[in-house]
Amino acid sequence: MASYRKLKKSAKKEGKFAALAAALAAPAIGAAAPGATRSLTMPHGIVGVNLKTISRDVPADEPPALVTNDKLNVLGKPTRRLDAHLKVTGQAKYTYDVNLPGMLFGRMYRSPHPHANVRSVDTSAAERYPGVKAVYIIETVVGSAVERDPNHKNPKVVSTGGKFPKVRYAGQPIAAVAATTQQAADEAARLIKVEYEVLPFVTDLDAAMKPDAPLVYGGKEVSMGETGGGGGAAKGLTQKGNVRGPATKSMFGGARGDVEKGFKEAEIIVEGEFRTQVQTHAPLETHGMVADYRPDGLTVYLSTQDTAGARSELAELFKLPKTEVRVITEFMGGGFGAKYGAGNYGVAATNLSKKTGVPVRLMLDRREEHIAVGNRPNSVQTLRIGAKKDGTLTAMQLVSHGTAGVGLGAGVGWIAETMYLTNPNFKGEQYDVLTNAGPGAAFRAPGAPQGAFALEQLIDELAEKVGVDALALRDKIDKSEMRREQRRVGAERFGWSKRQAPGASPGVVKRGVGAAQSEWGRFIDMDSSCEVRLHQDGSVEIRSSVQDLGTGIRTVLAQVVAEELGLQPTDVTVRIGDTNYPPGPGSGGSKTTGSITPPARTATYKVGQELLAAVAPALGVAPSELAFVGGKIVVKNNPGKSLSFREAVQKLPSAQISATEKRKDDYGGFFRPGVSFGQSGGIQFVEVSVDTETGYVKVERVVGAHDCGRPINPLALESQINGGILQGISWALYENRHMDRNHGHMMNANLDQYKILGSREVPQIDIIMVEEYTATSSTDALGIAESANVATAAAVANAVYNAIGVRIYELPITPERVLNALAKSKQKLGKI
Amino acid sequence: MNAFQWTDATSVKQATGQQTTPVADAMLVNAKPESATIFKAGGVDVLDLMKEHVLAPGRIVGIGNLPKLNAIRADGKEGTHLGALVTIAQLEHDGGLQKSYRALTEAASHAATPQVRNAATLGGNIMQRPHCWYFRNENFKCLKKGGTVCFANQAGAENKYHAIMGNQTCSAVHGSSISTALVAFGAQLELTGPQGVRRVPLEQFFVTPEKDVQRENSIQPNELITDVLLPAPAAGTGSWYIKFGERESYDWALADVAVVLEQRDGRCTKASIVLGAAAPVPLRATAAEAALLGKPITEETARAAGQAATAGATPLEQNAYKVPIFAAIVKRAILKAREA
Ligand SMILES: Cc1cc2nc3c(=O)[nH]c(=O)nc-3n(C[C@H](O)[C@H](O)[C@H](O)COP(=O)(O)OP(=O)(O)OC[C@H]3O[C@@H](n4cnc5c(N)ncnc54)[C@H](O)[C@@H]3O)c2cc1C
Repeated sequence: MASYRKLKKSAKKEGKFAALAAALAAPAIGAAAPGATRSLTMPHGIVGVNLKTISRDVPADEPPALVTNDKLNVLGKPTRRLDAHLKVTGQAKYTYDVNLPGMLFGRMYRSPHPHANVRSVDTSAAERYPGVKAVYIIETVVGSAVERDPNHKNPKVVSTGGKFPKVRYAGQPIAAVAATTQQAADEAARLIKVEYEVLPFVTDLDAAMKPDAPLVYGGKEVSMGETGGGGGAAKGLTQKGNVRGPATKSMFGGARGDVEKGFKEAEIIVEGEFRTQVQTHAPLETHGMVADYRPDGLTVYLSTQDTAGARSELAELFKLPKTEVRVITEFMGGGFGAKYGAGNYGVAATNLSKKTGVPVRLMLDRREEHIAVGNRPNSVQTLRIGAKKDGTLTAMQLVSHGTAGVGLGAGVGWIAETMYLTNPNFKGEQYDVLTNAGPGAAFRAPGAPQGAFALEQLIDELAEKVGVDALALRDKIDKSEMRREQRRVGAERFGWSKRQAPGASPGVVKRGVGAAQSEWGRFIDMDSSCEVRLHQDGSVEIRSSVQDLGTGIRTVLAQVVAEELGLQPTDVTVRIGDTNYPPGPGSGGSKTTGSITPPARTATYKVGQELLAAVAPALGVAPSELAFVGGKIVVKNNPGKSLSFREAVQKLPSAQISATEKRKDDYGGFFRPGVSFGQSGGIQFVEVSVDTETGYVKVERVVGAHDCGRPINPLALESQINGGILQGISWALYENRHMDRNHGHMMNANLDQYKILGSREVPQIDIIMVEEYTATSSTDALGIAESANVATAAAVANAVYNAIGVRIYELPITPERVLNALAKSKQKLGKI
Repeated sequence: MNAFQWTDATSVKQATGQQTTPVADAMLVNAKPESATIFKAGGVDVLDLMKEHVLAPGRIVGIGNLPKLNAIRADGKEGTHLGALVTIAQLEHDGGLQKSYRALTEAASHAATPQVRNAATLGGNIMQRPHCWYFRNENFKCLKKGGTVCFANQAGAENKYHAIMGNQTCSAVHGSSISTALVAFGAQLELTGPQGVRRVPLEQFFVTPEKDVQRENSIQPNELITDVLLPAPAAGTGSWYIKFGERESYDWALADVAVVLEQRDGRCTKASIVLGAAAPVPLRATAAEAALLGKPITEETARAAGQAATAGATPLEQNAYKVPIFAAIVKRAILKAREA
């Protein structure tokens, strides 16, 4: 993710990371921003807990503070998606639907071997196939780690193993063809003949760690510019065989205190080994691009979550100035973190278009989507927690291994480090294990669901040892005021007090309940800008390259503009997903809303001020005495005196006025550049039924209590949290990449055998939003997408334990695992 | 998918006169698929195989529009005739079947998805090829395709969905959960070829890997399934079917079972119990049937039958868990059939 990369750079410049405590403290009240400032009185705190007003010094040209949602007209009100109708009627055009005159169709050829040197590539038969116009052989593989000689001065020097890139996983792309029909391209790609020198390989995490395991990268050091699954891989770590690490730091600092001492002081120690599986992103729309390379520049239609980032990469790869690269993503069918950059398919499509002089559409098929363009890495974690008899934490120690295949970043996040800040001593060691499998990629809260699966189960285990309720223990050891409130409201809504003892549910099909907490950083993309235009005919427009990943930012932007101008969201035209507009943020790290709504509001405020100045003479008052209310401009202390919005804009001195704004630092500053103070919380409560004869687990009911600063569109928020929960249940119970270790192939690279939860697996879901005002920007909005996904699997696991009295330490929780666990515990009981 | 020629057959005679090859033969490694002609009914399985590049016929004969094969017809004495082009959705919704052959309508209503059930035909369902993921992957030339290895039976293989019985040669399970119920009712197939019509019990139509690992049944070239006859059930017959999958939506059976029971004076006089997804073919659980015969059907006898159902199972590395699942669903289906 672009932001992480930038973060790391700026962090280096700054020197040492700020201390953890500072990270999570709120910014100093009244803290002065550089330059001219003014003081604003802003709402601050958690609604229903500690809401008050504070004063903040903010840049002088920032708009006045927004009041709380209950006093607003559009923000915080459930708002139907502006594009809902377009989507459900099929009018919305996705990359897959782009059809340009003369367009060719592309298909890639991929290696059937998991590890091999390519001796030769013969494309002659493919070129002769009727309809084929061009063939392209891949020069460098993007998206996986880069092998480099550690002694080499230039870190960019890549050793590829010969003339062609070395094959390191089954499904690695080698070449691509373009033809006049998709069918011709598909058939022709199969005619490409490659001579391989097949090498030994390893796809299994445990096997890859053995000293005699085949080496995925020839034993040389690897590094990776891009983010893998764990939110980025630290640079410069040592590597032994296929094992790289440990990474011991996080953006919150990493180790603290003295764990040895902490464990010595402990009266209770709980410990467990937790395993989570590989999850593929499986978005509805596969990765793909339509590339149109012309003498005057390159236009690509791309299914991406970062148009601006993709433009930068394409400009760099094709040595074009950014002015000659345009990336368009009008609608996209999901990404979950995997759709960043140009991709091998994009580079191939662009090269094929360049060669042929006509547009080329290259969309991956479902198999390719599963094997080659990202996944959530698996993990094996050993977590150990020490506590006093009363539950007071004394130490926590984490060792994790995970594989992002040929990529890096298989960490389990920072959740064990930061969720329970009463813990004085923490140490974490996270290792990447390289295997001959497709590269991991960022996936909805990279690392955190894995981390939570271990942490939140073990905290429950500790509560049981201490002899207190799982939520009561959290009340004691969790410093977050937000989560305390979420536990309270969530427990009440869920009926937590009716919880039974583990295994106490009678009968063959047992019921159980469990809860788990969530946490996720508050990331801001500083390259977030937009332009707001106001036309003399009364039409209003906002433009930014920000793309709608599916979360509904189009509607959110319309709401922000509408609120400021006293209009309705449907009055606003939102133009996004095109790099010809001002650069917007990438949609990852749950940062879209928090990044782009403040400049949107500020820009709207500015055109609004200009409009008020233009109409003030006609109303005979100073501009400052005017306000936008209900489609009118009214004189504040004489509401009878007004002009309709349409009448008002006719007074503009020119056909159009506009303002372009960029995201500013948080009011009061950042904890680290691009990272706001604090983290988002959340807790999810789950009720399951478990059939103890067949091992079948069904999630019956979920209550989620979450926060995202100021909620903008509760309807979209709810849908985002529903999605996070469903994806979490799907990971907890069903999804799994089945990799044949004998031959190195994914066996279930389709949507038939790669099991994603379906309509019958959807439980009743109840969402509670706890509103918070952080007084950090002109909208105070923050993200939700990732924190909604963090707690689910852990909560399901805790509920399964409560139902059957046996803990499951490995995902997915299939009938097989439940039956095995029950059988094992029976055996144990038998022996006692 | 490869390019192919297409013919839409207008009569059974015309269809069987087309020199067709069973799909199983067209999929052999050494076959010349481009010269093969195959039948397509709903196309659900045929297109799946073609999209996976494990089947590439040169010519396809569409039989979806053949007249008269899409009806369900109750015949007082004989039983009920199901035309080969009857869809799974038709089976699911037919009132007569729901009354007399409950296990079948239960099986139909739990197969695949509503969309698939609307397209899938009965003949195609019986003829579908196994969904073993090694078999369906073009990179694996397995025994079924004329290769020399069963990849699913190799040490370390991914075989959690595979067979737990009759799995020594090949452990692919048959995907037709409809057949689980059909076999339990003693269904008879009517096969029409250029030489005429033959009838064969469905149970005998299926062949084990030991007999012929490359084929799941004994269909002959040019032969078409035209009818499936369900014998009329005796008075006092009850039946039930249970499908167990990892998910309820869109999933295949991990284990399924059909039970048909006759009871007189509180005792079981006839039992037909068939396991699906247990073996390469729908499997009569004769030991389970024996455990019920002559006994009253109670929780206890049903449990014993459930235990007996998988006696002698030879699970692979990853699928021993299927044994207790079969025990549970066999027991439950027996108890439901008692009341049905
Ligand atoms: C997601 C999914 C889930 C599924 N789940 C289930 C399930 O739970 N239970 C289940 O039973 N099935 C399941 N199926 C399989 C599905 O029911 C079959 O693929 C379908 O019934 C095949 O019927 P068809 O008419 O489409 O056959 P086609 O694909 O047209 O043909 C299949 C085969 O039968 C041959 N054939 C067709 N008709 C005849 C005939 N009359 N005589 C001789 N040969 C013939 C063809 O040559 C071909 O070899 C599932 C399929 C999918 C895609």
